[in-house]
This record gives sequence, C-alpha cells and structure tokens, in this order.
Amino acid sequence: MRHFAVELEELNQALLGMGALVESSIHCSVQALVNRDERMARRVIEDEIRINQMELDIDARVTRLLALNQPVAGDLRLLIIALKINTDLERMGDLAVNIAERAISLAKVPLVKPLIDTPRMASLVEDMLHSSLDAFVKRDAALAEKVLPADDEVDSIRDNIYSELLEVMQNNPSVVPSAIHLMFVARNLERIADHTTNIAEDVIFLVRGIDIRHHVAQERLSH
Amino acid sequence: MEVASVTTIREPAASELSGKTTGKPLVKLQATDVNFFYGSFQALHGISLDIRERRITALIGPSGCGKSTFLRTLNRISETIRQTRMEGQITLDGEDIQKLDVTNLRRRVGMVFQRPNPFPKSIFDNVAYGVRINGLHRNRSLKEIVERSLNRAALWEEVKDKLHDSALALSGGQQQRLCIARALAVDPEVLLLDEPCSSLDPIATAKIEDLLFNLKDQCTIVIVTHNMQQAARIADETGFFLMGKLIEFDRTDVMFKKPSKKETEDYITGRFG
Repeated sequence: MRHFAVELEELNQALLGMGALVESSIHCSVQALVNRDERMARRVIEDEIRINQMELDIDARVTRLLALNQPVAGDLRLLIIALKINTDLERMGDLAVNIAERAISLAKVPLVKPLIDTPRMASLVEDMLHSSLDAFVKRDAALAEKVLPADDEVDSIRDNIYSELLEVMQNNPSVVPSAIHLMFVARNLERIADHTTNIAEDVIFLVRGIDIRHHVAQERLSH
Repeated sequence: MEVASVTTIREPAASELSGKTTGKPLVKLQATDVNFFYGSFQALHGISLDIRERRITALIGPSGCGKSTFLRTLNRISETIRQTRMEGQITLDGEDIQKLDVTNLRRRVGMVFQRPNPFPKSIFDNVAYGVRINGLHRNRSLKEIVERSLNRAALWEEVKDKLHDSALALSGGQQQRLCIARALAVDPEVLLLDEPCSSLDPIATAKIEDLLFNLKDQCTIVIVTHNMQQAARIADETGFFLMGKLIEFDRTDVMFKKPSKKETEDYITGRFG
C-alpha cells in the first residue's frame, strides 16, 4: 500500500477511536444521571482531556496530509470531512461533559420526577451516532441517510421534556434548579443529535460527492 | 471497461460560473470517433470529444495512453511520422481538417513541445520566423509583431534589451516562453502544448501557467500534462486517457472532486497500477 494510503487509513482509525470514546462519554454521562453515579460522571469529565487531545492530533494529521499530498477526489473529500467530523465529535464530548456535571449536581438532591424520556432520548441519540459512525466505516451513504429523520424525533422528545418540566416547575417552584438541569440535559442531547446529523451528511458527501445540507434546509423550509 | 463514447460537457449552472460569461462557448475543435495507428498498433480507440473555444482543455493519463498522439492529430503533425494512419474525423470550426491546406491548418493550430526548441538564431529572428515565411507582416512592422508576441508570452521585459542575442543563451523557462511567443506570432486560433513545463522549475512553470491563463481570452488551448496539479490549476476541462481510450471528460473541478469513473479516480489519486 502506498504511504499516503497508509496514512489515510491511520487517520480513519484515529477518527473511529475518537468516535468510540465520544460514544462512550455520551452513554456514561446519561447513565451517571440515571443511576446517580457521581464516579461515572467524573470519568466522563476526565475523558474530555483525551478527546481534546485526539482533536488536536486529527487536525494536525489532516493539515499535514493536505500540505504534503495535494489530495484529490475521494481522498480530498475524506480529508475535508475528517476536519468536520473531528469538530463535531469534540463538541459532542463537551456536551457529554456538561451532562456529567449536571448529573453530579442532581445526584446530591432528590429526583424531580422519574427519568423516562431522557434515557429514551439518549438511547435514540446514541443509535444515531452509532449509525453515523458505522456509515462512515462502511462508506454507506444509504445508512447515513437513515440517520437524518431521527433528528426530528429527538426534537419532539426534547419538546415533551420541556413542557413536562415546565409543568413540574409551575406546580413546585422549589424544584426549579433541578428542573433547569434536566432541561439543559435535554438540550445537550438534542445538540448531540444535530452534530450526529452533520456526520451523516458528511458521509453522504464522502461517498456521493454531493452536499445535501442546503437541500435538506430548503425542504424543511417548504414544509 | 466502460468508455465514454461521445463526450460533451454539461454546461455549468450560472451560479457555478461565479461571474464568468454565461454565453455558451463554441466548439472549436471536434473529434469524432478518432482511431490512430502506428503501423499495425492502434494507439487511439474511438476518441470523440469537443474542445471548446477560448477554454483550456487538459489531457491527462499515464505514459503511452495516447494523449500526445491525440494532440498531434489536431494539427495533423502526426502525419509527419511514417506508417501512421488516422480514421474518424476532426473538425476545426466545423471544417474537416483533412480538407484544409495543412500549412494553413498548422498556422491556425500552433504547437509547443515538451523540450524548448528555439532555432539557433537571435531571439528576434526566432519570433519573426513564422511571420516572415508566411508573409504575414505586410500591414504591420515585424518589430511590432515581435514585441507584441513577446509581451503576450510574458517574456518582453526580460529580453527587450537583447533581442539580437542568441536564443540559445536564454534559460530553459525563457526558451519555452520564447517558443510560445514564436507560436503566437502567427496569431494561431488554437495552441497545442505537449508537456510544456516538464523541464522547467516551479517559478518558470508558474510563469507559463499564468501566461496560458491570460492567453485563453484570445486563443483556445489544449495542453497535455503529466502534472495533474497543473491540469487542476489551469484547465477548464480535463480529459483522462487510458490505453488509447478517453475514459472520462468533464469540467476540471468535477474531475478532481468526484470523477465518475473508477479508473479516473484511481489514476488521479495515485492508486493506479
């Protein structure tokens, strides 16, 4: 295999490694919240340093590959999306840390209400991320396309959580601080789903060479 | 292997042109089902493509793929090689080039070769050569034509004080620009270039590329290059040749972002062979 191809494969692996760690951080942050497990939450916070280090490493790899190899066609598209996926994954890592921090705060006070929608939303988001990364590994644009509609479902669960928590706060103002934490958790999960959608769109660009982002935006506007 | 038969390029959308003219460029040279033989060896197989006026068309492909052979059919310089034969049709402005006077054809379709080949004469006489033998300077002074051609070839400033020195004393990059000036002096409508930068350093290469870019307002340019980045930098359209066949022909940005044929992708990303 040519040297450049070897380095592209290493980049591929580095992205997948980062993806796996971010997946685990998201999962653990929500588990820490549900199980009121402060230790698990702290592990997520500690892992952020590794995620950030991976982001720097991937950016440096891509910059070097672009500078030295003048890639074109599929190689060029891979390097372009590697930079984007890298940024999306790092932000997801930050959002997972934010959930973990809120889990620590919430573990110290009684539960506002049973957590049902939040784990359901988290599980959906995790599936989306898993499918996006799987589509990236398999270079499967059709699989990536399937991820996109799930974003609407995530938005709808978030809206449910918001209205439910609003009601709880209206009935019992003393739980407002905890309820706000839970609202932010829902918002963070929804943001993670958005970043996941970005990755799926990047995979479609990688495989098909077309940018679908604005078509999707137009479709949504016309609906 | 799937091979492009008649290859025409879709017009870019107005938004893709970003301010360039949206008028449809005319087809300057049109090849239809061109086969070419060196003795019994068939070097070109059914090449059909349109070369559009005032555009730069790059032909890329590995050594021996037929791109230079195809270039040489465009002004029938291929006929100077013995035991060769061409089939199919090539037209210049709609006229079959086989029916044109060959000297006149080659005046209209000029050529610059891989290695600079100045005549062992002065700089001035090199540029004036074609003008003199064609008797093209009746209404204009030869000096004016030489100055204008050297200016168009971005060489005037470097040689204006030594026009009567030997052309052989120039550097490689200057010699190549001199050859371009010599080709331009007879006002060709098309300029064919066969690896014009392969023996030049990056600075001289950049000068030739800038020159070609500026020339395309006045002239149709077809360039054969091994340097894919060069094709990507300067060409409007690019054709990929492989084993005597035209595999793909499209807008250069399309070819380098998302070629439609696997063979093209393999070649331009270096996974070929």
